[in-house]
Amino acid sequence: MTTATLETTSTDAATKSFTVTFLIRRFDPEVDAEPRWQDFDVEMYATDRVLDALHKIKWEQDGSLTFRRSCAHGICGSDAMRINGRNRLACKTLIKDLDITKPIYVEAIKGLPLEKDLVVDMEPFFASYREVQPFLQASSAPVAGKERVQSVAERARFDDTTKCILCAACTSSCPVFWTDGQYFGPAAIVNAHRFIFDSRDEEAKVRLDILNDKEGVWRCRTTFNCTDACPRGIEVTKAIAEVKQAILRGTP
Amino acid sequence: MTSENHVETTVVDGVHHHQYDIVIIGAGGAGMRAAIEAGPGAKTAVISKLYPTRSHTGAAQGGMAAALANVEEDSWEWHTFDTIKGGDYLVDQDAAEILAKEAIDAVIDLENMGLPFNRTPDGKIDQRRFGGHTRDHGKAPVRRACYAADRTGHMILQTLFQNCVKLGIEFYNEYYALDLVMTEVDAGDGTTRQKPSGVVAYELATGELHVFQAKAVIFATGGFGKIYKTTSNAHTLTGDGVGIVWRKGLPLEDMEFFQFHPTGLAGLGILLTEGARGEGAILRNASGERFMERYAPTIKDLAPRDIVARCMVQEVAEGRGAGPDKDYVLLDCTHLGAEVLETKLPDITEFARTYLGVDPVYEPVPVMPTAHYAMGGIPTNVKAEVLSDNTTVVPGLYAAGECACVSVHGSNRLGTNSLLDINVFGKRAGRNAVEYVNSGVDFTPLPDDPAGDVRRLLEVLRDSNGTERIAAIRKELQDEMDKGAQVFRTSESLDHVAEVIAGLRDRYRNIAVQDKGKRFNTDLLEAVELGFLLDLAEVVVASARNREESRGGHMRDDFPNRDDEKFMQHTMAYLSGDAHSSVASDHIRLDWKPVTITRYQPMERKY
Repeated sequence: MTTATLETTSTDAATKSFTVTFLIRRFDPEVDAEPRWQDFDVEMYATDRVLDALHKIKWEQDGSLTFRRSCAHGICGSDAMRINGRNRLACKTLIKDLDITKPIYVEAIKGLPLEKDLVVDMEPFFASYREVQPFLQASSAPVAGKERVQSVAERARFDDTTKCILCAACTSSCPVFWTDGQYFGPAAIVNAHRFIFDSRDEEAKVRLDILNDKEGVWRCRTTFNCTDACPRGIEVTKAIAEVKQAILRGTP
Repeated sequence: MTSENHVETTVVDGVHHHQYDIVIIGAGGAGMRAAIEAGPGAKTAVISKLYPTRSHTGAAQGGMAAALANVEEDSWEWHTFDTIKGGDYLVDQDAAEILAKEAIDAVIDLENMGLPFNRTPDGKIDQRRFGGHTRDHGKAPVRRACYAADRTGHMILQTLFQNCVKLGIEFYNEYYALDLVMTEVDAGDGTTRQKPSGVVAYELATGELHVFQAKAVIFATGGFGKIYKTTSNAHTLTGDGVGIVWRKGLPLEDMEFFQFHPTGLAGLGILLTEGARGEGAILRNASGERFMERYAPTIKDLAPRDIVARCMVQEVAEGRGAGPDKDYVLLDCTHLGAEVLETKLPDITEFARTYLGVDPVYEPVPVMPTAHYAMGGIPTNVKAEVLSDNTTVVPGLYAAGECACVSVHGSNRLGTNSLLDINVFGKRAGRNAVEYVNSGVDFTPLPDDPAGDVRRLLEVLRDSNGTERIAAIRKELQDEMDKGAQVFRTSESLDHVAEVIAGLRDRYRNIAVQDKGKRFNTDLLEAVELGFLLDLAEVVVASARNREESRGGHMRDDFPNRDDEKFMQHTMAYLSGDAHSSVASDHIRLDWKPVTITRYQPMERKY
């Protein structure tokens, strides 16, 4: 047990607060013709999250600041945003991991219609998701009252892509998606992957056909932005590559 | 923002009107499970204040209980007994039997829908140990929790959403339900009664109001952990659904019983699953002692949550806490090894690393209890029908999941029984609602101006020139609830909180909403949510003050023993009198409801 180290760090972190400047890209559709940058100074601790800063601004300075959030620990996928030019979840980005000698830039994710401040219209994102048939399709009936059998190895095959929380950090970090909103985008492909490689599913071919479309996997330029952006650590680019290979093979 | 192109609706005086056989409020596990049942049988809409996959079911980690007996001998009767004993005998035993019996099909349903459970070497659903789940009436821990790493809730939420997509369920996302519309109808015996006729919702994107006329309404709105400061609950868990029902004059049951999950990350409240202890993790005090051995010699760290939470608080109170301020205990996972942590507990391992900078592979993790789950809520029978008193059903009104009180959890829920509850009773709510709407009932006519109350509520808040900050009132409420109505309570601490709440309710009338816009006005919504939080906190405190005994999640320092003679009954709280008075006793009436006992007579609760 190494509590000594822990005690020192948490005491330090708890005692030292400092002023951090946030530059937030604001947009009020009822007033503004164009988005504008607004700065806020916030008193923060090193272990605070960017979400805490947004809350402090909203709760203590400007109640009109608008953003989505719910669980506040990286599970619900509500608060994907661009922080210093990189897509992250505000609730998983700690102040200590940012350079606070300079202002911290916060803006909405790109490529989806901007609604207000940090809120975008998620509907095109979910429309792409729905198009890849993201649900188990198996015509063979399991034994009544029993589970379908799946080996540990078969289950492990698609484990990585089951972690997706549909936050859109990957899709809205993709340069192809920025220029072509018709592209399915990484998140939809990840969710197709999750079923294509599930041994219980029988419709992999249908999804491979869908993703062989001109707006499908071949649009991916392998920039790895999506993998960098994923707050769940999913190897998104690898999953896309596996789908590409499966299309070429004609089978998972 | 809706997921489908909804059928054109009529607009009357700026209010959109829709008509559905069944309207489900809430798109977490219970709501979507109900939708999967209801969608194919009746015209169904789901209204959710969030996108469905943001719901807090997704934060559940450790597992879902069912006596599959895939890895060792088990039976649904043992599960029933554990649930009843875990709830300190305040469980309605007929409901617990249903829960445990239907658990098996509920898990198989999910697997057949595609849920990627962890597997045994022979390819069956794997099972792990969890607090309070035992072999043969308490002899030893049993492997009953079906799981997918420590992401079981995430997988349930995703699987249910996937199946809603498959079925083409109509969602109204980011529509915030604000009122249940009741119409006075002829009861057939010369009297009249209130019957639900629809729901009023506020569309976040536009600020416009929608009336959903419905034959049946299902509440599946989750909990209200945000009445507390330290909580595992999401910011959005403000108890709106429970609050709506309360304001309609319908009762709330057992509101004093709130569960504090033992292992929240110290200072933050972020949940670390009990599955960690199920896999062998150990709680230690500052000197490294495995203190649960002293309190629960048979099942130790796997005692139910109420007991473990109390023991932790007691260790700290008696000076055996760890850390510089001796204000937490330690969850020691170091002996589990990196592989178990990375494969079976990956998310909590990451939470500890991200939020505390502690690596559970090498260091014990600072933990303290965190407000987690409301055992109480909207009273229902086992068909998920809402009750207007101890026995009377409100036709066409259903509730399931955390917002409801069946009561399968009694005074303390066992871990993994909530993911089970949402599936078993969500399904029952959906199925029974379909049966009801297809039994020849017609739409109940809406009253004149059905959205009037909501419009006035929002206008008052938006147009107020008040000076009180929403966040300041909310913070004081949460701080005081943590101090006075948490793991340990006394009449003194509760009276103090009640006084504070009365003052906050006064200040709430002078609240300031800064955002005056129509689109995505989350400032306005936070003001509305705070109103619900104040209402519910008041009911929690009044119910807790009234129960002068200690049972399950309700521990009274001034009445440390369970008193079956006086209190072996459910609390029923009613809104009556002056709803707007700041003083709770002016508008809360407390009554009792008998507990249903079938096979298990109350015994002393030892582990």
